[in-house]
Amino acid sequence: MIGELLQVQNLWFLAQGLGVTLLISAGSLALSFVFGTVLGVLRHGGPLVAAKAAGLYVEVVRNIPNLLFILAVRFLTPLPPLVAAIVAFTIFTTAAVAEIVRGGLNSVPRGQWEAARSQGFSTVGTLIHVILPQALRNMVPPLMSQAITVIKDTSFVWVVGIEELTGKGMILMGMYATLPQVFTLFTVLALTYFLLNFGLSQWSRRWATPRHQIA
Amino acid sequence: MNPGPFALFKWEAVAAEWPVFAEGLATTALVSVLALALALALGLAFGMAGASRSRVFRVPSRVYVEFFQNTPLVIQVFFLYNGLPYAGLVLPVLAVGVLGVGIYHGAYVAEIVRAGIAAVPLGQKEAAASQGFNTWQSMVHVVLPQTRKLVLPPLANQAVFLIKNTSVLAMVAGGDLMYQADSWASGNLYYGPAYVVTGLLYLALCLPLSRWVRRMEKNQAVQA
Repeated sequence: MIGELLQVQNLWFLAQGLGVTLLISAGSLALSFVFGTVLGVLRHGGPLVAAKAAGLYVEVVRNIPNLLFILAVRFLTPLPPLVAAIVAFTIFTTAAVAEIVRGGLNSVPRGQWEAARSQGFSTVGTLIHVILPQALRNMVPPLMSQAITVIKDTSFVWVVGIEELTGKGMILMGMYATLPQVFTLFTVLALTYFLLNFGLSQWSRRWATPRHQIA
Repeated sequence: MNPGPFALFKWEAVAAEWPVFAEGLATTALVSVLALALALALGLAFGMAGASRSRVFRVPSRVYVEFFQNTPLVIQVFFLYNGLPYAGLVLPVLAVGVLGVGIYHGAYVAEIVRAGIAAVPLGQKEAAASQGFNTWQSMVHVVLPQTRKLVLPPLANQAVFLIKNTSVLAMVAGGDLMYQADSWASGNLYYGPAYVVTGLLYLALCLPLSRWVRRMEKNQAVQA
């Protein structure tokens, strides 16, 4: 019975779902990293109006469930489903990344700015060559946990019918509806997410060890 | 002419049928409060276990935290809602919400509590022991009270995440704010105003908490 569920064809079906999960995660994380860095920098030390606007964006988006953005982008824009999902996650994750970037920038001592400026670096040059590389090191652990959050939360997009890993699993559950099969299926799904996320978190922990901080 | 997604009559429909949203808001608030209570209870227990020196306590705590932090809430809730009935256990949907969200966030609370306890200097425990406190007494009367300042901002932050995550109930027809708004809007296709109102209601729930967190963090930064 369980063998029937775990036949190659079904595992491939799930693997395709995992591909969609990774695509949405990677796409939105990459975009959010760019936009979030810009917003975080603006919020940290941009012109007052820009800092306020960035702050307002972060404050509003962080206090609304991600699911609402998933639904709103899907049903209020003409975007194709997969693009809509990436856009929704980017809207949300940008705010989270902006907070992380701001925290990272705050962790770099002011003297670093002053030292760089005294050496003739421009503001942008200081930011790019002196401040951000130091801030980035403090940002790696929270960025990784944000990446894990995104991977987990992509399972929400099944609500708009996108067949990522969770969705594929639920489709299979409709076809293999006995107790051992259903429980096996949930185990496979949970284990897949777990290995992916636990692996990422262990890897990021190694990244953040003092050996790398000195290097 | 095709009316826009935010046409006036759609707003009027939302206003006229406000009890749909009020009902959802009440359910979201109820599930949030109960799930938060469960998360705090689990988090406190597993957090203390995680800070213990004995493996017998530490290992189960680690397993709980890592499992629930590394698998999606949606899968956990689907398991409670779609999986357990196969084993003959049908939970009411509100219980699914409270258990699912409570157990998930309990894992995050446990990490916060564990880190809080670890931050209290060992000398405090030794001092308590020298005064005749047993392990439990020193935890309750000496260690935990000192973690309060450190633990409160991330806990309140977790409460914000918890409120937002109760929206997972919308995926199992849970009658929460998100579900009410979405099913109302998919009936008449008035998505625009329904989603804006829903967003504002979630903001009303979460923003005061978020601002409180920010104030606490600022005060601590000044003191430090």
